Amino acid sequence: VSQPAPHLHQGPTTRGTMLAVAACLAPAAAWGVLVQGPGALAMLATAVGASLASELAIGLAAWRRCTLADGSALLTGLLVGLSLPVYAPLFVAAAAAVFAVAVVKLSFGGLGRNWMNPALGGRLFVTFSWPALLAARPRPAGGWLQASAGMADGSLLGASGQLGLVTTLLLALGGAYLLARRIAAWEVPAAFVAAFALTVWVLGGLPAGDGPFRGDLPAALATGGFALAALFMATDPVTSPKGRAARLVFGAGCGLLCFLLRVYGRRAEAPFLAVPLMNMLVPLLERLPARRGRW
Amino acid sequence: MRAAPTFSRGGVRPPERKLPAASLPIRKACVPAEVLLPLRQHAGAPAACLVSAGQSVAEGQPIGRARAPLAADVHASIPGVVRQVREIRLPDGTASPAVLIALEGEFSRTGRGRRPQDWRQLSRDQLLQRLEAAGVVDPDGVPAAARLRKTRRAGLLVVNGVESEPYLSCGERVLVEKAAQVLAGAAIAASILGAGRVLVGIEASKPDALRAAAEAAEAAKAACAFDFEVSALQGRYPLEEEALLVRSLAGRRSGSRTGERGLAVLEVGTLLAVCEAVTLEQPQIERVVTVAGEAVRHPGNLKARLGTPVSALLEECGLLRAPARVIAGGPMRGFALEGMDTPLTKGMKGILALSRREILPAARTACIGCGRCGEACPWGLRPDELYKWLEHGETAEALQRGLEACSECGCCAFVCPARIPLVQGLAAGKKRGAA
Repeated sequence: VSQPAPHLHQGPTTRGTMLAVAACLAPAAAWGVLVQGPGALAMLATAVGASLASELAIGLAAWRRCTLADGSALLTGLLVGLSLPVYAPLFVAAAAAVFAVAVVKLSFGGLGRNWMNPALGGRLFVTFSWPALLAARPRPAGGWLQASAGMADGSLLGASGQLGLVTTLLLALGGAYLLARRIAAWEVPAAFVAAFALTVWVLGGLPAGDGPFRGDLPAALATGGFALAALFMATDPVTSPKGRAARLVFGAGCGLLCFLLRVYGRRAEAPFLAVPLMNMLVPLLERLPARRGRW
Repeated sequence: MRAAPTFSRGGVRPPERKLPAASLPIRKACVPAEVLLPLRQHAGAPAACLVSAGQSVAEGQPIGRARAPLAADVHASIPGVVRQVREIRLPDGTASPAVLIALEGEFSRTGRGRRPQDWRQLSRDQLLQRLEAAGVVDPDGVPAAARLRKTRRAGLLVVNGVESEPYLSCGERVLVEKAAQVLAGAAIAASILGAGRVLVGIEASKPDALRAAAEAAEAAKAACAFDFEVSALQGRYPLEEEALLVRSLAGRRSGSRTGERGLAVLEVGTLLAVCEAVTLEQPQIERVVTVAGEAVRHPGNLKARLGTPVSALLEECGLLRAPARVIAGGPMRGFALEGMDTPLTKGMKGILALSRREILPAARTACIGCGRCGEACPWGLRPDELYKWLEHGETAEALQRGLEACSECGCCAFVCPARIPLVQGLAAGKKRGAA
């Protein structure tokens, strides 16, 4: 059979998409390693290695094919490593990565068929499996910069203060590139950030007894974990809906849940919980367009 | 000349890659020693063969007679002897009988100038008869006569001067060099239709073609009673789709691809053939074809005899190296050729020898659900969903979701990061749905 039309193509390939996202994460990851020290590097390496190994092993065992080339396992490993607290034991990172690839992605049929973002699935799995090991514990950063950074959520990207601001900026730059190249749909992070910022600003001060419109907006937005979830995890094309309206609702839902989990649930990993919750609603959101079979 | 908007939803902007062919005058291709003429160069059933092996034929002599709806006569494009009548495979993969003619004897038409006749003396039936006798076929396979006869009492003729597929420039060159004949063909078609208005749509990115068409339209307006209007369209692919072109030009939501809405659409190359068929009684035995691609040394537009092998045309333009893919037609809708002995046919607008760098092959992966296909679809469909329904054998569900509206323009597959053969899947589903 001859090659089918069209004979030209435009835009990134699947692998190009995955590698572009990974490349956009790289500067922030490198900065995080500089700030947090060798432990962070070991954490990243473990997560990526475990992710690649399980993709290879299961792919070969189940389908006799190697799908490492599509780049999605690399990205999953990177996201897992970036979302975990640096002080967690390495086996936790490995367990999160293996669960992400083996259970969340491959057991549903592999790339494109999972209904939850694999990295977030893995993160959730270890969150509830080893809560004590992951519980927030303040620890001065032991990085190469010799700067003692406070920790916002303990993750590689979680430094607070000025160091954390750099992390967030680097993530924002990477995210901006993805949005500009339309690798990520702008509707999702836009609605995510807008809904989260609005709710935090209006209602965020209530639990502390400050009254409305007194929420601490900069502190809520500047954490690396939030930027990671909004720009790199919620925008995963596989687990986010298609169509403008559905994407806006999806992003807004993420923002709202994130606010509830952070301010009322007091969970540092709130964004990583909010996105998988909204992932579950994607099949419903896909039905949003009124006209049948149309946008 | 007026500026017109384009269709609003979907579409893509592929790289144009029309130079240098679009800026060079049409060249005359060498007459080949042998031509292979398929008896089906139209949408309908193959024409009945009128010749047998060993028989001598004159230039322009009918060798196939239309016997079915949407069929057209086929003529010998060179004088010679019929060597063989055999079954061949056309670029689209279907089979057709074809007549192999070896060059011999004298050219009875070429080089013998004829004085154009005044078509205004002819009746509607005589005009249609001449179109049928000349076997004029629009590139989509519908014979011009069938298209004009079917839409009786139409008020509007649309001249399709849009070529938004990359590389192709044969229509543009025909307009630049032969605008007067094209518009004469349009006047003939309009008078057959009984249409009072002729709308000519050309992309704004082709100023030479627009100027030539506007000048010819002024002249034609003075000569006959039709209201010619040339529009510069802000185009993107697939503006040449009839429904989109009509919507852009006439501003009405005419979803018709079959012309039942009181209008007919004809392409410029077809109108040139219409003009020659009526005023010179010239059968359609030649066409202008774009030969281009990175593997071609001298890209250009060639006026070549129908039935000329693709290999001869590529050789004439100088093949630099082994091309990664040779395509009959445009890069968006054309067919990859397996054999280079495929003949030039009435609807073939381009012969492209593309290098690997132009095609950028990539591995197919699973659908990652990015939704780009739906954003690119000019018909507002969700190609990814339709493909998945069809993959699971749910043709009825796919039909209910609008599969019928798919025109196989290829926008969805053009932007697909996973390189899923969406067009093939949807086309196969449509065929199953029709059966």
